[in-house]
Amino acid sequence: MPYIANTDDDRREMLAEIGVADIDALWQEAGVSMPQPDFAAMPEGKSEYEVIRYLAGLADKNADNLTGFLGMGFYDHYIPSVVSEITGRNEFYTAYTPYQPEASQGTLQAMYEYQSAICRLLDMDVSNASLYDGGTALFEAMMMGIRTTRRRRAVLAGTVSPIYRKMIQCYSRNLDIELVISDSSENSADTDMAALKTLLDDQTACVMVQYPNVFGSVEDWSDLIAYAKERRIITICSCYPVALSMLRSPGLLGFDIATGEGQCLGNNLSFGGPYLGFIATSTHHMRKLPGRIVGRTTDTAGETGFVLTLQTREQHIRRERATSNICTNEGLCALAAITYLSCIGKEGFVELGRLCAAKACYTRDELLRIPGVGVAGQTAFFNEFVLRLPMEAAEVVSRMIDKGFAAGFPLSRYYPERKNDLLIAVTEKRSREEIRAFAVAMEAVLTNR
Amino acid sequence: MDPTLIFDRGRAGRRGSTLPRMDVPPKHAMPTTLLRPDPADLPEVSELDVVRHYVNLSRRNLAIDTSFYPLGSCTMKYNPKSHERIAALPGFANLHPLLPQLRHGGALTQGALEVLFEFEMLLREILGFTGFTMQPLAGSHGELTGVMMIAAWHRSRDDTRNVMLIPDAAHGTNPASAAIAGFEVCELATDPDGNVDMADLDSKLNDNTAGIMLTCPNTLGLFDPNVTVICDRVHAAGGLCYGDGANLNAILGRLRPGDLGFDVMHLNLHKTFTTPHGGGGPGSGVVGVSDVLEPFLPISRVEKRQDGSYALDYGHSDSIGYIAPFYGNFGLILRAFAYTITLGRKGLLRIGENAVINANYIRTKLAAHFDIPFDRVCTHECVVSASCYNRYGVHAIDICKALLDRGYHPPTMYFPLIVPEALMIEPTETESKETLDGFIQALIDITEQIKQDPESILAAPLTCPVRRLDETAAARKPDLAAPRSR
Repeated sequence: MPYIANTDDDRREMLAEIGVADIDALWQEAGVSMPQPDFAAMPEGKSEYEVIRYLAGLADKNADNLTGFLGMGFYDHYIPSVVSEITGRNEFYTAYTPYQPEASQGTLQAMYEYQSAICRLLDMDVSNASLYDGGTALFEAMMMGIRTTRRRRAVLAGTVSPIYRKMIQCYSRNLDIELVISDSSENSADTDMAALKTLLDDQTACVMVQYPNVFGSVEDWSDLIAYAKERRIITICSCYPVALSMLRSPGLLGFDIATGEGQCLGNNLSFGGPYLGFIATSTHHMRKLPGRIVGRTTDTAGETGFVLTLQTREQHIRRERATSNICTNEGLCALAAITYLSCIGKEGFVELGRLCAAKACYTRDELLRIPGVGVAGQTAFFNEFVLRLPMEAAEVVSRMIDKGFAAGFPLSRYYPERKNDLLIAVTEKRSREEIRAFAVAMEAVLTNR
Repeated sequence: MDPTLIFDRGRAGRRGSTLPRMDVPPKHAMPTTLLRPDPADLPEVSELDVVRHYVNLSRRNLAIDTSFYPLGSCTMKYNPKSHERIAALPGFANLHPLLPQLRHGGALTQGALEVLFEFEMLLREILGFTGFTMQPLAGSHGELTGVMMIAAWHRSRDDTRNVMLIPDAAHGTNPASAAIAGFEVCELATDPDGNVDMADLDSKLNDNTAGIMLTCPNTLGLFDPNVTVICDRVHAAGGLCYGDGANLNAILGRLRPGDLGFDVMHLNLHKTFTTPHGGGGPGSGVVGVSDVLEPFLPISRVEKRQDGSYALDYGHSDSIGYIAPFYGNFGLILRAFAYTITLGRKGLLRIGENAVINANYIRTKLAAHFDIPFDRVCTHECVVSASCYNRYGVHAIDICKALLDRGYHPPTMYFPLIVPEALMIEPTETESKETLDGFIQALIDITEQIKQDPESILAAPLTCPVRRLDETAAARKPDLAAPRSR
């Protein structure tokens, strides 16, 4: 039998030791008396070779070879080979949550280093050891805001990812929370700051924004933060970590809590997961954080070591009064992130940001030469931007697939009024030649309507 | 030796990566006021520095691939290596999740959608549920999804009942998940045999009962013979039954939880379906539902069309909505699918029974050396108590630390909360009799050592990278990130 070590002789000896005649008697004594189903619809098992051949065949049916300009929060960055080499270490990937710290110093130290790197990137004091993804991380931050202020109104900027908006709406449904979403103008890719401000009052628990926003716009949140702080509203920023290679961090801008999606830090796109949610805050809010946190301490001989800490926040102790229900998080994805950030390094990270920003500018300039292509009210951006096309964006993207390009995301899927708007992301992987070929193909599609 | 952090290795200006060249004009489109004043203080190390640092860190871990790891309730079974190869295939690993949301984009991801759809078909057969969502990103996330569907069902009937019954032996995630779904938690007592106290259940069932969250088998590793009766009574009171599948490995191939009366259940793919635990995730908590809750499943769902193609389906008006950004932790679903088709029917039939034989073998062999609080045939794990060694000044934690010096990862300790000095041992079906014999002997040796020299047990571990750590100091004066100045 696959993956079962014991032979029939082993089983016989063991059943004899247990003191039962056979397996049926053991089930009976265990209280399981129902008949065993025959699982008639289950196919017969396959050999390792057959399984790999079948699944490799399915993998070949997927289009992983399009030249990609698709992002919207999930980016095709290059991952150095070191990352999978480290996450593929048996001692890391076949261990579990470090409940026994003496036997888990490798995982614990790596998580402490991950937390440290996240704090440095965001300019925050404290990070946890990971959450599921950027959307659940934003929800957890909102709950921190609600608990901290004991207010029930949460404000979400209309320029936060619609995927996260739908997740937060779903999670808020059963809670005593008034979720308010600010309007965004269809003629702008920037946040309507005035409209957002009018939603903030002294009954508001928290305000959630995205940086850069879902349309890629880079915005100065300083004013909004000051306005919110006057009303003792918790300010929450969902951010794109690679953009922070160049951009002023959420901590320096003055946000109380920063969250986001860490897929871009060394994790494969993998059709939607596993990904990496991160969350960080100031020491002031430390004890309201959800999830696992690793701390540095000493052992009985005075040597440095690492442990899970501040556990009185957590579900296994506090049960229904815990800061969150999270238990298993995304440890291996966090390990990928710290390995990635170590490899890319201080200097490389800045260079990475400059490459993404420059290639995005170049792509936008090339596309804007095409007759009829225009902008959509966007003041500043990092590596993702919106263009308004002279025809329906969904149709353009569909035709571009035939030419070998994933041309971007047609915003009409989530914003029906933005029929002709295309969201385009550019990473360091796109070469000048690819970008030029992209522009040529786009021109062909747009002029042959 | 004090461990050196990655931030304290290398020196200014050192690089560990190469990047594509700047082949376009070096411009950017951001205002200078929003630029970062200083680069983030990340490590400055060579590629070799990174590799050596993390390879050496990995050697400070115990793991399934280095040691027997009988961590109760976690199902630390062997993780087949072919699964890692499959998940790394570029056609899966590099696939952008937004592709199928483009017009005609479904054609670009037929292989991935087939995995999701066909795995669901197999799970329906294995577990006896009507439908599944692959979206939940971990076990507790699956619990939350499940109880949110229960909340949605009551709301759809304009019923305001809001009390969730949860046995006192349950995992802490159960009450925590119920709270986020808006329920009030009411605890149920455990009877002297380790089952749900039926009198207590009856006294707490009323027209405010929204449902029950029942772990099956329960967290004592025991199969509650009343499980179908409990489900019937909760249903009769107007509630729904949530099955916590954390312990599903015990009955995999032996029973179908859908046949027992559960309306909804999450499975931990990282436990029962052997996706790697990853040092604390990623997990996957796919959820199965009966007919009653099927309309409330999260969107999207995957459908198979008349022409044999697969597509995403967003059109369910009663759906609770978006639980995850996309279609779940696909990389793990893929591994679990590979596992399931490898097992096939015959392999499936042998999982639960071998897990149960292994656990009962350990229970039988340890019976003379430990207290067994509920002394009856267990399922996939056994819970023993170390109370009998308290008179030597030795506790469950000390026995765990002594096991580390013998090369074993300890069992789960101090859980469930209702058993004092609990050691919860789950061997799984992938371990051999010799491995179990070695572990049993190590525990017996430790009990002998406790009687002769308890002090030596209190000093353990001596052979790990560190001695016992000061957790009180860690919580009192938290040091959670490396200070920034080098």
